[in-house]
Amino acid sequence: MAITVVDPRINVDGAGLGSGRGRIWKSLRGNPLGMAGGIMLAVVVLVAVFAPLIAPYGPAEVHFATPFQKPGTVGFLLGTDDLGRDIFSRMVFGVRASLEVGALCVLLSVLIGTPLGLLAGYWKWLDAIVSRLTDVTLAFPFLIIAVGLAAISGPSLTNAAVALGIAHIPTMIRVVRGETLRIKESDFVLGAKTMDASGVRIIFQHVMPNAASAIIVQATVIMPVAVIGEALLSFLGLGIQPPTPSLGIMLSDAQQYIFRSPTAAIFPGIGIALICLAFNLFGDALRDAFDPTNTSRK
Amino acid sequence: MIRYIFTKLWQSALTLVLASVVVFIGVRALPGDPALAMAGEEASPEQLAAIRSQLGLDQSIPAQYFAFVGKMLHGDLGNSTRTGTAVRDLIGTTLPVTLWLSVYAIVVAVLVGILFGVIAERFRGRWPEWLTNGFALIGLSVPNFWLGILAILYLAVTLGWFPASGYVDVIANPLRGLYYLTLPALILGTSLAAVIMRQTRASMIETMSTDYVRTAKAKGLGGGRVLFRYGLRNSLIVVVTIVGLQLGGLISGAVVTERIFALPGFGKLTLDAVFTRDYPVIQAVVLIITLSYIVINLAVDVLYSVVNPRIRVGGNN
Repeated sequence: MAITVVDPRINVDGAGLGSGRGRIWKSLRGNPLGMAGGIMLAVVVLVAVFAPLIAPYGPAEVHFATPFQKPGTVGFLLGTDDLGRDIFSRMVFGVRASLEVGALCVLLSVLIGTPLGLLAGYWKWLDAIVSRLTDVTLAFPFLIIAVGLAAISGPSLTNAAVALGIAHIPTMIRVVRGETLRIKESDFVLGAKTMDASGVRIIFQHVMPNAASAIIVQATVIMPVAVIGEALLSFLGLGIQPPTPSLGIMLSDAQQYIFRSPTAAIFPGIGIALICLAFNLFGDALRDAFDPTNTSRK
Repeated sequence: MIRYIFTKLWQSALTLVLASVVVFIGVRALPGDPALAMAGEEASPEQLAAIRSQLGLDQSIPAQYFAFVGKMLHGDLGNSTRTGTAVRDLIGTTLPVTLWLSVYAIVVAVLVGILFGVIAERFRGRWPEWLTNGFALIGLSVPNFWLGILAILYLAVTLGWFPASGYVDVIANPLRGLYYLTLPALILGTSLAAVIMRQTRASMIETMSTDYVRTAKAKGLGGGRVLFRYGLRNSLIVVVTIVGLQLGGLISGAVVTERIFALPGFGKLTLDAVFTRDYPVIQAVVLIITLSYIVINLAVDVLYSVVNPRIRVGGNN
């Protein structure tokens, strides 16, 4: 097979990532906001992974004797809710749920969006079909998809993640398709074509690795939207079901007794905002770092 | 131009047909037998069969689909299984609430977004830019339902500037109606304003550094005229696109905003229908939102081609 002698450097040259990781890392390091986002992100992930070790109480552990404790009360760092449940412990497990849904949603959109985008970008006849499919999906706002799924099989964490994932597949397809259209015209792909490489081989060996940076950046864009989406669905009762804690459920519960204990509504919101801020800051920095034309940062 | 619009029309029509098929299949995929639900557990097989033929469930699937579309086209959306009210009437009373809220939110978001975007561009590297950038970051990171809760807590209850909940018919009592909708519209419009602000700023920076703007300045045109004639005109294209792209988010946002501020709108109807498994209402709500979404996106595309000459030439030729 003649194809196997394709010089591996061809791939690297066309990558746009150039001498790749070093430059990206350098760009990230020179961006204090991005680094701050990265550190916040690391903390958030650690909290989610080690939730049972960090939380002093179980997320559904009820202390009927001590409801509506103020933040800073001994034993309850952020106070307790109407059932005397520790708000800090519930938030720690809520962060875990947020990231679970976010990760599932990103996974779904990448696993389905990437191949469809690659195929649509590479073969024109497939493009028309895939474009119609994305149009149909886009015709349903994500909340409507969630409403439909909840009506069919009842609200749950999985349904929330699937609804969010489906809603984000079209944007992923469009990003990957655009990248494919661009990469398809580059010299190393044309080179591979003259060496009789098959379409499938070109797509997976040449186009996909070079579209990776765009896919990663898009994933960091989707993640915070998915985290907010999960909170929103759970807030409305269409997502995670009590007693499993979710930042969205905590907010919706807290709204019932907001005048008695406003802090119960404030902390979960700060939690959601911090997770999203971390992803947005880090994602922006990553986008700058991947962009070879970006010269604004040294 | 005409050809571009025709292509868009054709595509939208196709999307609409496919979407209606999805909704039709989705309703068939719902758990439970509608005939059994209507007749009750003790119904005899004959009664069930009678109800099935009455509902048209004994016909072939394609025949059922065309019957379904035909009914929809005649505006017959069925009756709510929970209250027995015609779905059409339910929508007639709830939809205006949501429309007023959304339009109000879009107007506020566009005004605030463009204003902040211009401020950020004019004061690059100084504190007004940081302030507006900070606003944009908060608007994008903070979920609006949390902002809504905080707004009720501080602006409505503590300061007493706005009512915490409730709705007054805008047509019957415009001033009072808009006053009641102000806080919800501000909350709903926040993230949209943040996105518009960022894009306006970016497009202004790009436009203001182009040669033709430099020429205009060299000709002695005043700063204000350059800003309005060149800078803002170009960002208008961006704003039209953004509003189109953010429409889905706006619909979801409206549902939550209605829930927080206890507004009797389309979102409340939707959620109530889901929790009580009121399938005719769910089906109608999904269809109407999808239909309006497609139509508005089509309008945005057409509007886009009107404000941006490059699109109508390049488009599909």
